[in-house]
Amino acid sequence: MSQPPMKEWQVERQIVDLSKERGNAKSRGLGPQPHDLTSLKGDFPMASDVQAAAPADVALSVRDLSVSLPEGMERAYAVEDISFDLKRGQILCIIGESGSGKSVTANAIMGLLPKAIRVSSGAIQLNGTNIVGLSLDKLRSLRGRVVSMIFQDPLSALNPLMTVGAQIEEVMAAHDVGTPKSRRSRAIDLLIEVGLPEPQLMYHQYPFRLSGGQRQRVMIAMALALEPAILIADEPTTALDVTTQAQILQLIRDIQRRKGMSVMFITHDFGVVAEIADYVVVMEKGHCVEQGSAEQVLKSPSHLYTRRLIAAVPHLTGKDRIALRPADRTSILKVECLAKTYRSGSSLFGRQRIVAAVNGVTFDLASGRTLGVVGESGSGKSSLGRLLIKLLDCDSGSILFEGRDIAALSEAEFRPLRPKIQMIFQDPFASLNPRSTVGQILTVGPVAHGMSCGEAAERARELLSHVGLDSGAFDRYPHEFSGGQRQRIGIARALMFKPKLLIADEAVSALDVSIQAQILKLLDQIQRETGVSMIFITHDLRVASQICDEIAVMHRGHIVEHGPPSQIFLDPKSTYTRELVAAIPGEQPANAPQHAANP
Amino acid sequence: MTAIAAHLPPTRWWHSRAVYRFMRHHLALVGIAMITLLVLACTIGPYALPYDSLHIDLRARFAPPLSGHHYFGTDPLGRDLAARLLMAGRVSLLVGFSAMLLSTLIGTLVGVTAGYRGGWIGAALMRVVDGFLSYPSIFLVLALAATLRPSPVMITVIIAVTSWMETARIVEAEVRSLREREFVQAARMVGLSRRHIMFREVLPNAMGPIIVAASLAVARAILLEAYISFLGYGIQPPLPSWGNMLNGAQQYLASAPWLAIIPGAAITIAVTSFNFIGDGLRDALDVRNDHF
Repeated sequence: MSQPPMKEWQVERQIVDLSKERGNAKSRGLGPQPHDLTSLKGDFPMASDVQAAAPADVALSVRDLSVSLPEGMERAYAVEDISFDLKRGQILCIIGESGSGKSVTANAIMGLLPKAIRVSSGAIQLNGTNIVGLSLDKLRSLRGRVVSMIFQDPLSALNPLMTVGAQIEEVMAAHDVGTPKSRRSRAIDLLIEVGLPEPQLMYHQYPFRLSGGQRQRVMIAMALALEPAILIADEPTTALDVTTQAQILQLIRDIQRRKGMSVMFITHDFGVVAEIADYVVVMEKGHCVEQGSAEQVLKSPSHLYTRRLIAAVPHLTGKDRIALRPADRTSILKVECLAKTYRSGSSLFGRQRIVAAVNGVTFDLASGRTLGVVGESGSGKSSLGRLLIKLLDCDSGSILFEGRDIAALSEAEFRPLRPKIQMIFQDPFASLNPRSTVGQILTVGPVAHGMSCGEAAERARELLSHVGLDSGAFDRYPHEFSGGQRQRIGIARALMFKPKLLIADEAVSALDVSIQAQILKLLDQIQRETGVSMIFITHDLRVASQICDEIAVMHRGHIVEHGPPSQIFLDPKSTYTRELVAAIPGEQPANAPQHAANP
Repeated sequence: MTAIAAHLPPTRWWHSRAVYRFMRHHLALVGIAMITLLVLACTIGPYALPYDSLHIDLRARFAPPLSGHHYFGTDPLGRDLAARLLMAGRVSLLVGFSAMLLSTLIGTLVGVTAGYRGGWIGAALMRVVDGFLSYPSIFLVLALAATLRPSPVMITVIIAVTSWMETARIVEAEVRSLREREFVQAARMVGLSRRHIMFREVLPNAMGPIIVAASLAVARAILLEAYISFLGYGIQPPLPSWGNMLNGAQQYLASAPWLAIIPGAAITIAVTSFNFIGDGLRDALDVRNDHF
């Protein structure tokens, strides 16, 4: 629940260095011209200890870096004794799960650590200058000019009240670079460089008007404004759709090659590493457990953790899942021409905006099978899930559950049927009531449906141990658990009623890959034991290929393709599916490796 | 690896960051101390004092503070001011607390219903709130107090009825955002009734802002009671309240200023203390104030 004290865009303000002398810079007007920028590099103030000058081909060198955490945190150091070199003109990937310290490392290099977290020992050499302990002013002159950063969430990293053009120019103005006129033309050049359509128009746009991918391109343009030698990218594609992710990765690689830049790329996704990395550093709980060339780390990992991590990465399987009970093919859910339209704005005052979220969706699910619904954000897949469980009311169409049309039922009529259809939610942090104990969360539903308290508690304890939690979890509050553990609680809650149909809405998207693999395995095991039917909604085709018997690809409210995984991944019929499959990072679908990790 | 660590002791509410943040808010702690002191003094003080609040001693009229056993002096009828102040404190604090409880209850009910139900029910309820807010509440209070028989219970009800709107608005906004959270969807999924979700799932998560609003509401209620009693429409003598003690002191401002200063100081101390507590609670419940 805790919010970061600063919005990302405010941090970004720091990076692009809004120095107080902005006004002076404008009045002086005459700075070095943009094309002189390269000459600026390397002339930043020398720190006291230059004796350990790194070899000339190393742009960034981190030596024995330790960052201490305040007392009372779960460990004493955020990162401990990590060392690595970023060579000129290379892409270095730092990979690790949440809490591995990869973002702390990036922030230490930018000098953006929160006050309470300090670099306690070690050195960070930027072009041969140790920046640890450098004064704020000197750090500021480095930011943006020598090293620049792009963030995970481009919407919160851009100032919502400034136009795209103004934000790019601000970076240059803050460093006294160029005249207002030259800055403007440079901003437009940058917008062209990052591949934004109609740069003249884009220059005057506000961030909220752009798509996620366009915003990330603007962020990259800002980061490139001063031609930095080093670009740090902190999970820049994590918040993006898979096709957009592929484009942004391509863009970063192109720009890096064109400019000979050095890129430090932070990610949790081995697929992305396989796409982009020259050199890989694997981090676990603040330690660097393995590093080496991408080839070496990906093909023959030496450390146990790396091996486990790579094994946990879901891969596209061209193979179909072995059906549970091939004989039993009775239909449990039959959806016909389901439609839902969102209307925003009042019809009385002003214009209404109408978005068809789900449009004429038809499918049939046999009992004991899993249907994967895949699509990018805005495809309507989550709306579909909510319609099926009647958390949303549909506009038209029918939902036949065990032969009965539940679409037309009122909330009160449907309540007795609720136990049969249960849902596992996406966000393990938001989906559990923070003020209830796990026991209350699990038992409140069954008790409301007439189960006795004792019986419900007994079943809850049974299920907790079944999903891999200590039965002592019963009396604890959700905040005492990690994300993966909370998702297990969410699964236990859905199983309390012995449901016939489980709807998993992005149930593993918020989890680390190793946890993801465990949860997928648990779901698979539950299905084999109870014969429950599942609808698995996800944006990740790799995950879908692991657990689904059939896959429906959604695009703008329609199902564009429906079939077994072998057809979807190896022989996609629609263009959209083909694009989607081609965009999966780190996979060549035609010769997808048949990995041992398949459930 | 997923079995939770058994050595972790269960967390208690007083270990939470919010309590820690509150304890660092020194003014709020001062406020708590002052209110505790006031409440204790008003409950047991009158029994410890040598004079009864109604005991008239015409020989000791206008005795200044610290004369004999009259620690705060006496009033025009020779009644002990300390005893009257503490008896008045009982009435004023009780009216303040009860008015706060009642107004928080009304405000929360309206806010949760409007916020969770939304649609035309929510809109209608919030227009009622707007209606109450658009009426200058001090005239409403005075008009009601002038027409109805002003007993302490009636004054409490009048104050509550004119001050619940702010709580309603705060709760409505909070519940509207909570309603969209996944745990509420999950509660619907397991088939809980609407009333259960509103009051057992959503409301506990909105308690923070309600508590803050309530602590500030006490301060306002005490002030309002003093105001109407000062104007003569509130608590009627001989029952003392801080407000009507001020009323009685008006004509002796020059000759016996302590008659006004002492109850005035009591009101100031009570109101500022509650405001400090309110500020402290607001900061404590706001995670953005979490400095390491």
